Amino acid sequence: MHKILEKRRLSNDVERGQDVFYFKVTAPEIARNRKAGQFIIFQIDDNYGERVPLTIADANAEEGWIAIVFQTVGASTFKLANDFEVGDEIPVIVGPLGRPTHIEKFTEADGKPGTVICVGGGIGVAPLFPIVQANHAIGNHVITIIGARSKNLLILEEEMRANSDELIIVTDDGTYGRKGLVTEPLKELCEKLNPAAREIVSIGPGIMMKFCVETARPFNIPITTSLNTIMIDGTGMCGCCRVTVGGETKFVCVDGPEFDGYKVDFDNMMKRMASFKPREQADYQKAKERDHKCRIGLN
Amino acid sequence: MHKTTEMLNEEAVKLKGELEGKALTPKDRAAIPAQEMPSRDPIKRAREMGEVALGYTEAQARVEAERCLSCKGAPCMKGCPVSVHIPEFIEHIQKGDFKAAVDTIKGTNLLPAICGRVCPQEKQCQSYCTVGKMLKSPEKAVAIGRLERFVADWERNNNKITVPQPAAETGKRVAVIGSGPAGLTVAADTRRAGHDVTVFEAFQKTGGVMVYGIPEFRLPKEIVAKEVENLKKMGVKFKTSFLVGRTETLEQLLDREGYDAAFIGTGAGLPKFLGIEGENLIGVFSANEYLTRANLMKAYDVEHADTPLYPAKRVAVFGGGNVAMDGARMALRFGAEKVYCVYRRTRAEMPARAEEVAHAIEEGVDFHFLENPTRFIGNDKGVLTGVELLSYELGEPDESGRRKPVAKPGTEHILEIDAAIIALGNESNPLMAQTTKGLDVTKRGNIIVDENQKTSIARVWAGGDIVLGAATVILAMGEGRRAAASMNEYLASK
Repeated sequence: MHKILEKRRLSNDVERGQDVFYFKVTAPEIARNRKAGQFIIFQIDDNYGERVPLTIADANAEEGWIAIVFQTVGASTFKLANDFEVGDEIPVIVGPLGRPTHIEKFTEADGKPGTVICVGGGIGVAPLFPIVQANHAIGNHVITIIGARSKNLLILEEEMRANSDELIIVTDDGTYGRKGLVTEPLKELCEKLNPAAREIVSIGPGIMMKFCVETARPFNIPITTSLNTIMIDGTGMCGCCRVTVGGETKFVCVDGPEFDGYKVDFDNMMKRMASFKPREQADYQKAKERDHKCRIGLN
Repeated sequence: MHKTTEMLNEEAVKLKGELEGKALTPKDRAAIPAQEMPSRDPIKRAREMGEVALGYTEAQARVEAERCLSCKGAPCMKGCPVSVHIPEFIEHIQKGDFKAAVDTIKGTNLLPAICGRVCPQEKQCQSYCTVGKMLKSPEKAVAIGRLERFVADWERNNNKITVPQPAAETGKRVAVIGSGPAGLTVAADTRRAGHDVTVFEAFQKTGGVMVYGIPEFRLPKEIVAKEVENLKKMGVKFKTSFLVGRTETLEQLLDREGYDAAFIGTGAGLPKFLGIEGENLIGVFSANEYLTRANLMKAYDVEHADTPLYPAKRVAVFGGGNVAMDGARMALRFGAEKVYCVYRRTRAEMPARAEEVAHAIEEGVDFHFLENPTRFIGNDKGVLTGVELLSYELGEPDESGRRKPVAKPGTEHILEIDAAIIALGNESNPLMAQTTKGLDVTKRGNIIVDENQKTSIARVWAGGDIVLGAATVILAMGEGRRAAASMNEYLASK
């Protein structure tokens, strides 16, 4: 069992009725062994709950906790946000799963640290954070681009700022930072930086990652993308999360979650992620409409 | 016509009366009609999750037991991977002493209620049975598996289970990785010797393949839960949602957590795909995924379960083993109107248990023998709409002794389907090998062990599918027994 130590709402999307939450939970073994880029799977009920993968957004080995950040996009995340308070326990958390991010210290010919561009969109900013943190800690020059539809949906700005040499904020509607998409500053950096960035890391919705890859392609800068497909076991046993990478079938749970962006078939991945869409939406509506006493004051 | 339990029981009662008090010659015994397994009506059961095979009645078990010749040398025992004393337990049934019968089995097989249901008896004990040989068919042999199940169920249903008393505490600690048949066997045998045993399971529920793979209609989950409960009563500890290799490595368990010995029984667990065009279309599933959703995640309980199963009207299952039968029969239970089983050889070569194939046919699964898929076909949304199949014929026997299927070029044809379940077996999950320094594995990823199931690492043993490749519950248990004996010997000498 994993006790909730802290619960915060990071953003509130009134338009789509989706919120982003930050939970800090006890998980001593996971906190001790996790590395940047790895994820957990949680269940809110060990009999009937579905298994939902979430990247570990932060951890503290001494204090024995991990942090997860999630958006209320389905029935399980909605229930986790609404039915669980500080002091309650999440019945199932297994991890750390997946291969850790390959973090490399880059040095230019003049001895200066090499540049890594980290691009995060929407909820993808959360899994990007430990990678920004690790690149910063190892001494790379980190330029971080984070984006959201609107100012109130932007998350982890301060945490990102504290771990980046440069932070660029982009919103679709221009309510904060630059107006536009994350690919615009990315393109400018690809053109401008000399020496060129050594690596790009892009995490966000499939469509965003796909276009980050297309932006980087003419410049031939290595780009890593982190995939968040549907999973059941998360240990390589079922193949539900499989994607086509460089023409081969790979499992996101054990071969990933990070892959060379140039090789990922994003179109197939996005289609597969919609396999259960009608049922997911029906369950989400049911969860929202159920007769519950809302403890976070949403109604 | 489908015979109900009542009808079968009535016949057995009558027969039992006729046999009573008679001195039976071997010829008389072989002439007693083999008792048919009572089962639920095929038309109704194909849409429900309840167990299909209902088990012998007491009268049926007594009559079936009378068919046993108590052969000298017990040839049937040769076919049993854990050497159950078969004639002995059947003699107890003949006398009506069911408790003595089940205790005899439990001397060597800790999970008779499970093995009685899932062992391929016609390929093991029953293939050596003299009665079967006299009648020229292992399926007419003494129904050893059904008798085993009968006494195990009798014991459980009458609350007669005796939990073995462990030896005095040794203070030695054993880590068992995986709670499938191999792991549970090792846990029981090492705990009996007085060691402090913890079983680590990656899933939220214990039982491994018996819980995520084998469906409720073939092996009710409460039976597996009961076996785990008995182990807990013996003092075995269980840690679920703990993935050894990731949550903690094997090295950490041995060095940091202070375990004296470890057993790796992590199972096969890496599904094979066909490697053909269209395999990643929406609607194509590994059998592992399909069955895990249905079994472990309880997708059949649409009212309560959050995990969905893909709705489909026409489902094709690829493969001819038990898992293929499970997938096909599960698809029927989820409302498919048409379920095909595509297998590239013929019924005679199918590796599935005979009873499962018979049940699948009774339930209406449509078998396409001597066919193999060449590509999956989808629409512009990436959704599966059909599969192209190629016809085969049987040629010369291959190294497995089965006649090799040979493709007939130009026979490609399309089968319209909206879901595909690939049940071509499993390879070894590489996680333990990737995260454990010095653990030797074969090219296929199976852990290499010696005759005592010892691995290349000191204090570490392995067994079950991670060593054998995809095999059976009873073979996994056999390996577990051998490993536990070696582990107990090592721990006693330490």
